[in-house]
Amino acid sequence: MSTASMTLTRSQMERSPIHTATIYLKETKYEFLKYLRVRMYTASVLSFPIMFYVLFGLVLNSHEAIAGTGLPTYLMATYGTFGVMGASLFGTAAGLASDRGLGWLQVKRASPMPPFAYFWAKVITSMIFSATIVLALFALGVEFGGVRMPPGKFAELFGVLVAGSLPFSAMGLALGYFTGPNSAPPMINLVYLPMSFCSGLWVPFMFLPHVLRQVALVLPPYHLSQLALSVVGAGAHESNATHWEVLIGFTMICLGMARIGFQRDQEKMYG
Amino acid sequence: MIEAREQNGNCSSSRSESNVASLESVNKNYGPIRALRGVNLAIRAGEIVALLGPNGAGKTTAVKLLLGLMPPNRGKVRVFGADPTNPENRMRTGAMLQVGRVPETLRVREHVDLFSSYYQKPMPAQDVLAASGLEKIAGRKYAELSGGQKQRVLFALAICGDPDLLFLDEPTVGLDVEARRLLWDEIRALVDRGKTVLLTTHYLQEADALADRVVVINQGEIIAEGTPTEIKVQTSGKKIRCITRINLQTLHQLPGVTEVKEDREAIEIHTSDAERVVRELLARDERLSGLEVTSAGLEEAFLALTRDSARNGDSD
Repeated sequence: MSTASMTLTRSQMERSPIHTATIYLKETKYEFLKYLRVRMYTASVLSFPIMFYVLFGLVLNSHEAIAGTGLPTYLMATYGTFGVMGASLFGTAAGLASDRGLGWLQVKRASPMPPFAYFWAKVITSMIFSATIVLALFALGVEFGGVRMPPGKFAELFGVLVAGSLPFSAMGLALGYFTGPNSAPPMINLVYLPMSFCSGLWVPFMFLPHVLRQVALVLPPYHLSQLALSVVGAGAHESNATHWEVLIGFTMICLGMARIGFQRDQEKMYG
Repeated sequence: MIEAREQNGNCSSSRSESNVASLESVNKNYGPIRALRGVNLAIRAGEIVALLGPNGAGKTTAVKLLLGLMPPNRGKVRVFGADPTNPENRMRTGAMLQVGRVPETLRVREHVDLFSSYYQKPMPAQDVLAASGLEKIAGRKYAELSGGQKQRVLFALAICGDPDLLFLDEPTVGLDVEARRLLWDEIRALVDRGKTVLLTTHYLQEADALADRVVVINQGEIIAEGTPTEIKVQTSGKKIRCITRINLQTLHQLPGVTEVKEDREAIEIHTSDAERVVRELLARDERLSGLEVTSAGLEEAFLALTRDSARNGDSD
């Protein structure tokens, strides 16, 4: 009977690297499909930044310029930041809070799933949606906004924005551990919308009131948008090293908080 | 109460060897709530054990401890001779837990595909779907399934890794009679294939239909253990109905009485010892009339068992 199989050795139980890679791949594939099929997610997270960009960057002000950079180019960087932030926060926090609060994460934890695969899938999925938004903005900007840059600049801007998904995914994981299934979406909006506004993602930074510009200095989206703007020649403030440092520091703090939440859940699980 | 003393019992060596999973003097608290108190439970290879108890008895807590989802406050949890959080154990166990929400936009086949990928030697997807009765609805999204079908998907996820040991936490809760019987057949098929199963339920009938051994748990303590037949004997309560002038207070003190109710002009008495109660009633009230004695329902019988233990517990 099953006693025979009790003598399986350790090596038989360990997965091959290919098997592990397959798990990560499948976990990511299904996480992506899961979100792709949720119309609320795709409609709000993908279409808002694109709609805003079309409206404010292409329809209304396409011939204006800020600090020598055309508005369609400038807003590609800021709405790109806005889109990446939304896709990453919603892609991680909402799902995690719901999986935790409603028992699904326990089913996963009781299975032999490598725990890290779960987080990996969420972060990569957020990056894929972020990249989709950024590419859509690029296409619109080039086609309808007369955006012209060397391909290298496009690649650099793409890289900065998609890498920018990481701090907000980390923030999303932390939020997901400290909110419940029902409170997560409003909490995300409470963070997402005011932060976007104060960081100059909707209205260009120099048009914000002085007080808000002071607040922006401590907000991560401000720093990501400044990195993106510096690629298109419109980053007029601190050095890029400062922006990277703030974003990396912020990511570390968020991961630390997520880790506290993770351990808290391991130790006591109600319901 | 039956306590398995593994350490110094005379048959301990042979028994503990074949124990697939065990709780040894386990306490588990949630803040001030004592969910499990000194629980000893051993599951042997190839048997199907039903952990039977009302809601809040500690059944789910016991399962979660055995799955290594949380640590006990005191005592020892062993699965396959190791700590339950051991990753190798997870390869050899499958679990069906009570879930509030399963990702709804994934299809049945996709859920099975993902969970199968976690295991070293999973069952072929087609076999999993067949064994769970999901073949015809494999292409449907989870959100589009009925309650019974959803339970079967969770069942499929528990068996897809072809594990040696299965934990099924209230597998049939909320199902209609037909869906329940279907799942029973599927659980029986597992045991025929040599699997070890711990299932929790609050239906005595379900424990009776499936289990080799029933462990009754109430308020965090194990109050009885035995074959389904033994448990049924212990819970063979009767309902006595009659018209009498004996006051309720006195009736409560008759042997084995668990409940006394007024029902229109008559009185209803639940007891585990109908013969003695009837004798007492007739002796005390010559004008007693309308006497009826019927078997209590299984649920009532079970209620009697848990109340008895509560009473014994108070006098300890």
